[in-house]
Amino acid sequence: MTTSPYGVQTAARPTAVAARATGLTKVYGQGETQVVALDAVSVEFRQAEFTAIMGPSGSGKSTLMHCMAGLDSVSGGSAAIGDTELTTLNDKKLTRLRRDKIGFIFQAFNLLPTLTALENITLPMDIAGRKPDRQWLDMVVDTVGLSGRLKHRPNQLSGGQQQRVAVARALAGKPEIMFADEPTGNLDSRSGAEVLGFLRNSVRELGQTVVMVTHDPVAASYADRVVFLADGRIVDEMREPTADAVLDRMKRFDAKGRTS
Amino acid sequence: MFRTALRNVLAHKARLLMTVLAVMLGVAFVSGTLVFTSTISAAQKKSSEKGFTGVDVAIQPHRQDGDKGNPGDAPKLTQRLLDQAAAVPGAAGVTGTVNGFAAIADKHGELIGEGFNSTGSNYYPGTGGKDARYPLKSGRAPQGSGEIALDAKTADRGGYKTGDTVRVSVDGPVLQQKLAGIFTTDDGNVSAGGSLALFDTATAQKLYGKPGEFGEIYVKAAAGTSQAALKSAVEKILPADAEATTGKQLADEQARMIAQDQDAQRTILLTFAGIALFVGIFIIANTFTMLVAQRTKELALMRAVGASRRQVTRSVLIEAFLIGTVAGVAGLVTGIGIGVGLRSLLKGNGAPLPDGPLVVEPSTIVVSLAVGILVTMLSAWLPGRRAAKIPPVAAMNSLHAVPTTRSLVVRNAIGGALTAIGAAVVLTASASNTMGLGAGVVLIGVFVLTPLLSRPLIAAAAPVLRLFGMPGKLARQNAVRNPRRTAATASALMIGLTLITGMTVIAGSVQQAIDKMATSSMKADYVVSMASMTSLSPDVEKKLAAHPDVTATSPLRMSASRIDGDFQNLTGVNGATIGKLTKLDFTAGSFAGLSGDKVVIDDATARTHHWGLGSSFPVTFEDGKKGKLTVSGVYKGNDLMRGIMVDVKTVAPHQSEISDRQVMVKTKNGAGESVKESLRKALGDNPAIQIQTKKDISNGIAKGINLLLNILYGLLAMAVVVAVLGVVNTLAMSVFERQQEIGMLRAIGLDRKGIKRMVRLESLVISLFGGVMGVGLGVFFGWAAGDLISKALNTYELVLPWGRMGLFLLLAAVVGVLAALWPARRAAKLNMLSAIKAE
Repeated sequence: MTTSPYGVQTAARPTAVAARATGLTKVYGQGETQVVALDAVSVEFRQAEFTAIMGPSGSGKSTLMHCMAGLDSVSGGSAAIGDTELTTLNDKKLTRLRRDKIGFIFQAFNLLPTLTALENITLPMDIAGRKPDRQWLDMVVDTVGLSGRLKHRPNQLSGGQQQRVAVARALAGKPEIMFADEPTGNLDSRSGAEVLGFLRNSVRELGQTVVMVTHDPVAASYADRVVFLADGRIVDEMREPTADAVLDRMKRFDAKGRTS
Repeated sequence: MFRTALRNVLAHKARLLMTVLAVMLGVAFVSGTLVFTSTISAAQKKSSEKGFTGVDVAIQPHRQDGDKGNPGDAPKLTQRLLDQAAAVPGAAGVTGTVNGFAAIADKHGELIGEGFNSTGSNYYPGTGGKDARYPLKSGRAPQGSGEIALDAKTADRGGYKTGDTVRVSVDGPVLQQKLAGIFTTDDGNVSAGGSLALFDTATAQKLYGKPGEFGEIYVKAAAGTSQAALKSAVEKILPADAEATTGKQLADEQARMIAQDQDAQRTILLTFAGIALFVGIFIIANTFTMLVAQRTKELALMRAVGASRRQVTRSVLIEAFLIGTVAGVAGLVTGIGIGVGLRSLLKGNGAPLPDGPLVVEPSTIVVSLAVGILVTMLSAWLPGRRAAKIPPVAAMNSLHAVPTTRSLVVRNAIGGALTAIGAAVVLTASASNTMGLGAGVVLIGVFVLTPLLSRPLIAAAAPVLRLFGMPGKLARQNAVRNPRRTAATASALMIGLTLITGMTVIAGSVQQAIDKMATSSMKADYVVSMASMTSLSPDVEKKLAAHPDVTATSPLRMSASRIDGDFQNLTGVNGATIGKLTKLDFTAGSFAGLSGDKVVIDDATARTHHWGLGSSFPVTFEDGKKGKLTVSGVYKGNDLMRGIMVDVKTVAPHQSEISDRQVMVKTKNGAGESVKESLRKALGDNPAIQIQTKKDISNGIAKGINLLLNILYGLLAMAVVVAVLGVVNTLAMSVFERQQEIGMLRAIGLDRKGIKRMVRLESLVISLFGGVMGVGLGVFFGWAAGDLISKALNTYELVLPWGRMGLFLLLAAVVGVLAALWPARRAAKLNMLSAIKAE
């Protein structure tokens, strides 16, 4: 195992850091029922990079994403989006930060059934009372291939289309960083591949930053970099991953799980 | 299964509390109305009940119809008849009674009790010089014209002891009587809060009739003589204008009369109970539907581990039974409290309600518990069946099951048909019963249609909601997402508000109409009358006319006559002054020269008899003398002024007893407190006489109407509480169902305030939807009823109480805001992460 107290420092690429965790700790419960979900995790996510977070169930990968995205509180250490330290923000400021600087993609799509596809896409901006950047919006809609379906409601769309709407919603506000939580978990493999393709394109072509939690080695292979978590610690990372390499790495967790 | 059901009941305390509260309020609403009704009915029954224990046969005057006798002759029972009755074989004793009105002043000169229940009678000493009906507590029986006896309660209220001087008024002048004795009585009127003053028989006869005459004669049977035998013995000595009745017949007849009297009132109150029941059933059914919906997964799990459909249904039913029983009992107790509270509230507001013990009839208990238990179980049964149909796989399914919205086409068709039929009945109704029925059908029809109506009506609120940004838009969309649920929630409020608005519209319009009638037809500054609405002594007018400030007076004096073979009251007025005191709309002629054989008649009389200006007709006056009258004017009659008016001097020679219904007075300086006070002094500070300005009269009318409205508003308050619970339930359900959405909204940047606002606005929209529908329907019913009312009250026209209507809508808004407090807070506090993951 190649662990260090401060996580694995990746080789430098001359780009700014979009999000950073330093000694990030998350503890659930108290006393005997206490569970350490994140144990002093330090990690950086660079701009215009597609990072996948992987690990076995209970490794803390979702918790790491939630803490980094300002969805969950932190027990210790720090988490920052760009220059903004999250741990010192109150709920209101945190909400505003999520609204203006972060895009989310959830496993269960989480679209509002009462709104049309377009309304769902512009929802974060509507909440903020901001006018969407028309040109950017058109481009995003084109990229995800939804031009003909903007007036449809979610229940008139297939699962893949719904998740594409979710991707567009995350992209539409030009966020500093996008977090995706098992975005292909509810999709068949073809639709999943489409969505992953869009995520990769948004990084390569639109210069977006994406952090994705997944347990699917194929999904992880779309990323530029994979970070592996186990028992609340970062245990490994991989650049330019392939599905097979990721699968091999994951198998070692399983073996360890069975022997320990 | 029972244990599972019990565990379920106890597992979710907040949910349990909500359900119990809903059922409890429904039951309390019903039982409160029933308790109030039976308590008031029993008290009223008692107050008009006379004991017939000492009465075996009663002799009463019997007026004969037809042309025999003079119009003014009221049949009387004479002393001779009394003596004869006493001598009838089988008679053990006789009592002759004379009854009438007797106002008693307390030491401050205020009337004790109300005008209508201030009674006077005679002390009739029987064997041993005592009247068995009135055992004396202290002092002795009244003797001579200067003494009275009072019932113990009245003496107590007035602070009088034997030997005190008591101011009494019978028909005008104040009598200063010495209080000779204080007695106790089981007279129903007294135990219900009235007063009873006793004179000796000669005095009572002088005050209430003629010396030597009685109102009723009671004959007591000797031992061994049956009531029927005594009756036939008595009948042999009766004159033609008297009749004998056995005590039992009297009691039966009385019971029938009382039941008839209370019929209308009972109907009204039972209508309320019915509406209460309807709203109650509603809220209970709603709550259970939601309760079961919330537990879909749990029930599916039970199915998955092997419970049969029947077991699932049964578990829901047992749960309903437990909740129904607990809540039913609690509701019954609360309802009894409400019944008591309602009565004291009304009495506090000056309602003339008789005193009496609290009455909780067995039927009230049965109905209340049945509502609590059966309605709860019934309303649980449908969702329970639905729950049983949940496929076991639903327990495992990670995807949120979207409730399939069944088509509303059938429902809308039924609702539309009902509304149309009901509206047609309402618009064509010529009797209040038919109209009530039609209104009920419309209400049910609209209720069925509410899901359809919710979309356009709530969409109409969009421009306002847009001001609140995204939360406003989401609130509007959420409100119409489940039209059935929104409709059910809004309906509870709608029904209450329909009723209240309808009544307010009608009451306001009637009040205005009466006001208009009172003020537009009167030029007099004051109207003087007895508090009991009995007749005034002619002395009163003389005293008023002699007052230096008074410029004109006229009595309204009743005199019986016969015209065309029918009895007809002539109204005697002062022909010289009546024109200055009234302002009537003459279609022909005028008051000018109203004297001698001249009369003015109202339009209704003119139509019936085909009379016009100059028509002459023969008349038989009350003493039997015949005469001829000529029409010199035709006016538009109203409820205060109508019939045939004639100069008092024309009828005076024919009258043996003069009784004025009221005296109209005009003064130099118009109406004012000081003039009123001085008039009151001139009449000897008489507690029985009321001096009213036009304003007092319309206030008096308003008081009665306001009382009715206050009862309704009390019921509204209850309906509102029930409605709040309904809205809370719906919102709690919505928040629960949409927690995933709420979590997502929070994640993508809607702050807690925004979430709260969204829930609050949804609540507000639903409540206002109910409010607008209720007020709208109420106005429709009020408008439709106007047609019916204007037939009886020709000054009636629709007055829309904008202020009140606004208030009702505001109330609906308050309901919305209050109901959203807890669900909104809960929604804002939802843990984002678990909410997003929730399925």
